[in-house]
Amino acid sequence: MQPDNKVLVDRGLEAAVGENAQQFITFTLGEAEYGIDIMVVREIKGWTETTMIPNAPPHVRGVINLRGIIVPIFDLRTRFGIGVTVPTTMHVVIIVAAGTRTVGLLVDTVSDIISVDPKEIRDVPEMGMPSEDQFLEGLVAIENRMVTLVSLAGLFGMPGGAPKRSASDSNGAIAA
Amino acid sequence: MSKRILAVDDSKTMRDMVSFTLKKAGFDVAEAEDGKAALNVLTSGKFDLIITDLNMPNMDGITLIKNVRSGSQHRAVPILILTTESDGTKKADGKAAGATGWLVKPFNPEQLVATVNRVCP
Amino acid sequence: MSVTSETEGYPLAQFRKTYFEECAELLDALQSNLELLSNGNEDDDTLHAIFRSVHSIKGGAGAFGCTDLVAFSHTFESLLDALREHKVAATPDVRQLLLRASDALADIVNAARLEQQLPADFGADIRSAMQEALQGAVDCVEESPPLAPGAPGASSPALGEHRYRIVFRPHTEMLRKANEPILLVRQLRKLGDLTIAADLSRLPDLYAIDPEAAYLSWTFTLETAVSQATILEVFEFVEDDCDLKIELDEIAAAPSVAAQTTADSDTGGGTAVAQAAAPQAAVTQSIRVDVDKVDRLVNLVGELVISQAMLTEQGLALPPDQYPALIQGIEALAQSARELQESVMAIRAQPVKSVFARMPRVVRELAATLGKEVRIVTSGEMTEIDKTVIEQLNDPLTHMIRNALDHGIEAPDERKAAGKPRQGTIHLSAAQRSGRIVIEVSDDGRGINRERVLTKARDRGLVAAGANLSDDEIDNLIFLPAFSTAEVVSNISGRGVGMDVVKRNVQALGGRISVQSKFGHGSAFTLSLPLTLAVADGMVVSVGNETFIIPLTAIVENLRPQTADIHPVVGRGDVLALRGEYLPLVYLHRCFSIDNAIGDPCRGIVIIVQSEGAGRVGVVVDELLGQQQVVVKSLEANYEPVEGISGATILGNGRVALILDVARLHEIDSRSTAGRQQPSEIARSETREDISHAA
Repeated sequence: MQPDNKVLVDRGLEAAVGENAQQFITFTLGEAEYGIDIMVVREIKGWTETTMIPNAPPHVRGVINLRGIIVPIFDLRTRFGIGVTVPTTMHVVIIVAAGTRTVGLLVDTVSDIISVDPKEIRDVPEMGMPSEDQFLEGLVAIENRMVTLVSLAGLFGMPGGAPKRSASDSNGAIAA
Repeated sequence: MSKRILAVDDSKTMRDMVSFTLKKAGFDVAEAEDGKAALNVLTSGKFDLIITDLNMPNMDGITLIKNVRSGSQHRAVPILILTTESDGTKKADGKAAGATGWLVKPFNPEQLVATVNRVCP
Repeated sequence: MSVTSETEGYPLAQFRKTYFEECAELLDALQSNLELLSNGNEDDDTLHAIFRSVHSIKGGAGAFGCTDLVAFSHTFESLLDALREHKVAATPDVRQLLLRASDALADIVNAARLEQQLPADFGADIRSAMQEALQGAVDCVEESPPLAPGAPGASSPALGEHRYRIVFRPHTEMLRKANEPILLVRQLRKLGDLTIAADLSRLPDLYAIDPEAAYLSWTFTLETAVSQATILEVFEFVEDDCDLKIELDEIAAAPSVAAQTTADSDTGGGTAVAQAAAPQAAVTQSIRVDVDKVDRLVNLVGELVISQAMLTEQGLALPPDQYPALIQGIEALAQSARELQESVMAIRAQPVKSVFARMPRVVRELAATLGKEVRIVTSGEMTEIDKTVIEQLNDPLTHMIRNALDHGIEAPDERKAAGKPRQGTIHLSAAQRSGRIVIEVSDDGRGINRERVLTKARDRGLVAAGANLSDDEIDNLIFLPAFSTAEVVSNISGRGVGMDVVKRNVQALGGRISVQSKFGHGSAFTLSLPLTLAVADGMVVSVGNETFIIPLTAIVENLRPQTADIHPVVGRGDVLALRGEYLPLVYLHRCFSIDNAIGDPCRGIVIIVQSEGAGRVGVVVDELLGQQQVVVKSLEANYEPVEGISGATILGNGRVALILDVARLHEIDSRSTAGRQQPSEIARSETREDISHAA
């Protein structure tokens, strides 16, 4: 269980980057590093064989049994249009809560938990890959790496998909 | 001078409804979300009736009633408990602890006012 | 105080909802008890239960501003009060009136719930009839609403009133709980004319008085028109903490009300109070539980069963002589898990009674409209089915009964001419048989006219000209779509609904329906339903590397055909010749784009399934892996509906298997065999925006 922002504030803890820090779990797809809001992550597990869903879009790898619940697994690499994952037991599935649904995201590895000051998040520059834009919430520099922050709502087109962020807009300015 | 009632329930909906209804009927109503908070509120002045739920965090209804009945200021104040139909033992416990009467949930505003008037007109 | 949901806002809307839910229960209980009364059961308990139902409905009505409901239920309540006090006799006419009143009450409650306006004189005739019944009664007065003031007193009680003697002695405990005798006295005063005599005999010397103890007792004389139960209600909060005696103080015309009630501190409650709180009719102890909690329990047990199945499967792989204790343990676990599941399913099971109870009214009203005399006899109402199935039963049953009334049972004169009693009978029964629920709806009407049915079927091309059909087969033709023996599908039989819709409804529940009929004597429809929707029996099949489940209820037979039996049809795919019929073949590996499948039906298995719309279809799979009971899980909870798949389950090996929706398979396959786009491409282009952002 991660302490939420309010608790951080209440306890007067100065996280390394200040009171409004948001935490992300970072994962890799090939060389690139991405981050997803820790508040939506429910579980991280290793890859297990899925049961295929007939006639599903290519990024839907199938469903698994997660302690009695049927959970679909999406290949993020395919979703981002940068290839197809060939999963092994070394690959990782991040189980997230997307609105009322529980879904799994297939990635290569999970690396880290980072604390980010929303002020530091930058917009994703136009890179001529329109399909990626709506999935991405912003870019942030951590040490000398660039982490691309992923938006669940963008991934699944659900307006309420991701829980509300703390008071900041995507430009990093803090709202009054 | 209107009679003062203290409504104790961890459900905001319930507190709102009771408060709203009784204020309309001419009473003064204060609220508390559990037994502990209720005891605090009771030190702030004199109340003519306490209405309390039984299942609450921090301090439940039964404990609240026992505290009130063994205290000094509100020892003789009528206390109404909110019970559910299936809650036979809780209701009996409430009575044993010193509750004056009870209301079975769900109740409608008319029943609430009528019961309040029975014990605290 | 009268409030409406609009003016008061959100909290009261919640209460309104709960109130109407309660009304639904109360109306059900009212119906059941009135049926009992109609069948000759004039028990006091029944009369009191009937009174209480209407009393409770009336109680809430005022709070929500439902003035029509208040007025009607008030008159109804008065009549029922008179009945339970035996001031009015429950003659057959009165019983009929009560039934009509309860029907009207249900309508008024419904209108109030939906905030619809009923015609101004709705129920007025019933109300006047009730008031008349009250007038004609001995010593009867309709209490003026809502809290009855007593009539002005002369020394002898006025007509309709009784004199009660109440002896009341509070214990110290009562005062400790802040119950004030004076408040009780004021309540009593509101009921009628009250005289009070105090008994000071136990009052000690001033110096010896304990200010918090109770020394006084009183004898009240109350002249009132209300019942003893109402008086007892005044003392509701204090009954445990006082000595209370209420008795009639006159040797007047005998009401059969209990003469004496005593509440002692050790017995903790008088019998009259117990009566007021008694559960309706002869019902076993029950508690109310949230449906959510039960559902969660059912799910958890389902998962337990899955885990246990997994263990069992693993256990099978062990050498038995090396791990005897472990294997024994697993077997014991399997047994317990089975029993646990049955018990848990039983919790969610409810008697069909709740659905059956609505049928008498359907019969009454329709019979009246059609000018026919019909009675309905039910049996097996206590047979239990899972809640999920019960809720869906109402429509098909109602249709079938309407159908029986409309087409089956003849008009009284016609029946008499045929040597039958003028009154037709419909039998509605439920029973459990070999793991399923069997419901039968039969009538003693005219039965199915096979000649007409056959002719109609031939006319519509539903039956080949020369085909020879058995009686049973002809009878079952009525389930074909768009088939009706009436020249015009009458408005009455459910707005143009035929038996094909009933059959579809039943099949959607995983059930089967069939009919047997004897021309001139009547028809009997038999529904066979699964005990629950959450668990299904399935055939496990494999196609390529994938495993699927086909619901057993849909399967007619399996076979491995000969090459000679398979015939290609241009533009339509392959058909299988089977005993003179040609059945379309559905290739699962094509529907679902599965590689490594056997593909050839003559080297695989063809499973003949019954699917609505397309009749029988042969599904081509690789292998039959076995049969098992599966816990049905939703695919839609976390994903979305998938065409051809109705759900998912977890096999003993922990893997997910998809459950086929046989009805849709044919459609999917015919799209691909018609030479158009591959099914996978169609599916992709149809997929919703949020998923199909493929680069």
